[in-house]
Amino acid sequence: MQILEPRGNPSQLMRWLAPPLAIMLTLLAAAAIFALLGKSPLQAFYVFFIEPLEYANGWSELLLKASPLILIAQGLALGFRARVYNIGAEGQFLLGAICASGVAIYTDGMTGWWILPAMVLAGAIGGGLWGALPAWLKTHYNAEETLTTLMLGYVASYLLSWLVGGPWRDPAGTNFPQSILFSEPAMFAPVFEGLRLNSSVFITALAVPLFWLFVSKSFMAYQLAVGGEAPAAARYAGFSARRTVWVSLIVSGVTAGIAGAAEAAGPVGQLTLSLSPGYGFAAIIVAWVGRLHPVGIVLSGLLLALIYIGGEAAQVSMQLPSAISWLFQGMLLFFLLGADAFVDFRLKRRPLKLWLKDRAKEQEA
Amino acid sequence: MIEQLIPILATTLAAATPLVFAGLGELVTEKSGVINLGVEGMMLVGAIAGFAAALHWGVAGGIVAGAVAGALAALPFCFLTLSLGTNQPATGLALTIFGIGLSAFIGQFYVSQSLPGLQPYAIPLLSSIPLLGPVFFEQSAVVYLSYLAFGLVAWMLARTRWGLILRAVGESPEAAHAIGYHVIGIRYAATCFGGAMAGIAGAYLSTVYTPLWVQNMTAGRGWIAVALVVFATWKPARLMLGAYLFGGMTILQLHAQGFGVDLPSQLLAAVPYVATILVLVLISRDRKVLLLNLPASLGKPYISGG
Repeated sequence: MQILEPRGNPSQLMRWLAPPLAIMLTLLAAAAIFALLGKSPLQAFYVFFIEPLEYANGWSELLLKASPLILIAQGLALGFRARVYNIGAEGQFLLGAICASGVAIYTDGMTGWWILPAMVLAGAIGGGLWGALPAWLKTHYNAEETLTTLMLGYVASYLLSWLVGGPWRDPAGTNFPQSILFSEPAMFAPVFEGLRLNSSVFITALAVPLFWLFVSKSFMAYQLAVGGEAPAAARYAGFSARRTVWVSLIVSGVTAGIAGAAEAAGPVGQLTLSLSPGYGFAAIIVAWVGRLHPVGIVLSGLLLALIYIGGEAAQVSMQLPSAISWLFQGMLLFFLLGADAFVDFRLKRRPLKLWLKDRAKEQEA
Repeated sequence: MIEQLIPILATTLAAATPLVFAGLGELVTEKSGVINLGVEGMMLVGAIAGFAAALHWGVAGGIVAGAVAGALAALPFCFLTLSLGTNQPATGLALTIFGIGLSAFIGQFYVSQSLPGLQPYAIPLLSSIPLLGPVFFEQSAVVYLSYLAFGLVAWMLARTRWGLILRAVGESPEAAHAIGYHVIGIRYAATCFGGAMAGIAGAYLSTVYTPLWVQNMTAGRGWIAVALVVFATWKPARLMLGAYLFGGMTILQLHAQGFGVDLPSQLLAAVPYVATILVLVLISRDRKVLLLNLPASLGKPYISGG
């Protein structure tokens, strides 16, 4: 049943070929699904990938969605490289949005340049604390971070639902579970007149080179990577495994928290139940498809954002459910992991004849 | 007082049943050395498949369809992790995301439909045992199926040759291969069994417990099941205990306001998730307990031979 054998050396070609290959396979599978639904695959691809980019508005939406995905994925990738699997970025994103919204709600009516930075800071602290909690549980009690980060995601969403349904509900509004609309000093300004893209995109634009510098130049990033690739070597060199866990989870919590703050103070403009379109989960795929590399993540973030926008467009113009973008995300990760197997392995090259001969011998015996 | 407790305990059992199925399935999968984090996704696929089938063929058809769909959903995971040797946690996560998408996608056609559900059936004699009778033996047939599943899994693992082979594969795949067992094939079977059980758990939710289809209706139960396996230190009896404790917690938070606990319902709803974290901490803090019980090859790809 096993069809692979180890390569002598990992294939550098496959390492870079795997993402485009996975994207192609996902597109093929998507075409098959569209055909099954009785829609023309070509028309669907046009609606998904071309039409959104024909107008300035589409590009604005693309960057608006890519920005949080890229920011969160940068933080996650740092941890993934060290084999610290934070899969609860969704919860850290929500906590960031909650803390930032708290600042916006309690400073409502005030003016001042400091409100927005205070919101971003609050978001970073909220997300960071939500990441630090699993780090503490892992380093002191050995509790698996995959499960604790994920569980804290559910806790965050119930916390959000309590806040917008109770203490922070807009008193002047109808009974909808949502906060007041933030006032202007608590919002990121639009970059271009009339488009939704806001200045929070510059946070991401700043974060990418910072992460690139950190990953390629800092000793700490090197320690993290060694801890992931060769734990025994890291121990021998005296690199602290505990610190790896703390740094990975806090950094990814902070980036997710800032992304959450930017979402509340940007396109949403208030705290609502449906604040996150699942960016925390999609960012995991962004990190993986981007090869955990700061620049690769920018490309894969743009791709996933396009899938999001395409999903919305397909919902409107082709009556396809928006859940289809989750389906594509899952397939993309499947195909990528599959293609990745061929970095270290190759198909067994044993000639069929030899194999049949062996088989015949076995049966005789 | 006891009179009031009986219905609460009985609903606790009903609420725990999906965790029992999904947890037992994951336990068997992990015993073979494979960790599948896709339980949530397989449960959702089982839930929608079960719901769709139950509309035509009743609850029994729904449960069977859920099992088949769950096992099928496990197949891409098996192929990637077992035949191609990919990273198991990452592949399981992909399976969960895929399952969320696939079930929501199919589920759009079933959103506003409903099923009659399943009436409890009191087992003669057994149900007249004081206290235990009405709690354990006035349930729906699927709950009885969960007792049967527990008995079978516990017996198979501890007392049969198959159980021994499964454990050998999980403890030392090289040794199991050396004495002639097909490691990869056995892991395929154990993982698909886990998928089928998760599928039954999902189908139970959508055809008996709720009974309707809601997007993401499993609400993290698949992840709680994965955590329960750790809590159970890979022992079926402890898994049952854990599942019933968690079932109790979901039911108690519904009754909490009746008992005079003055907390908002949304915060009470978060209690089972907080509790999951707490039990993980309690059980993981002693590394020795975990290391002694953990299947030695858990999560490690097996490549050579096969």
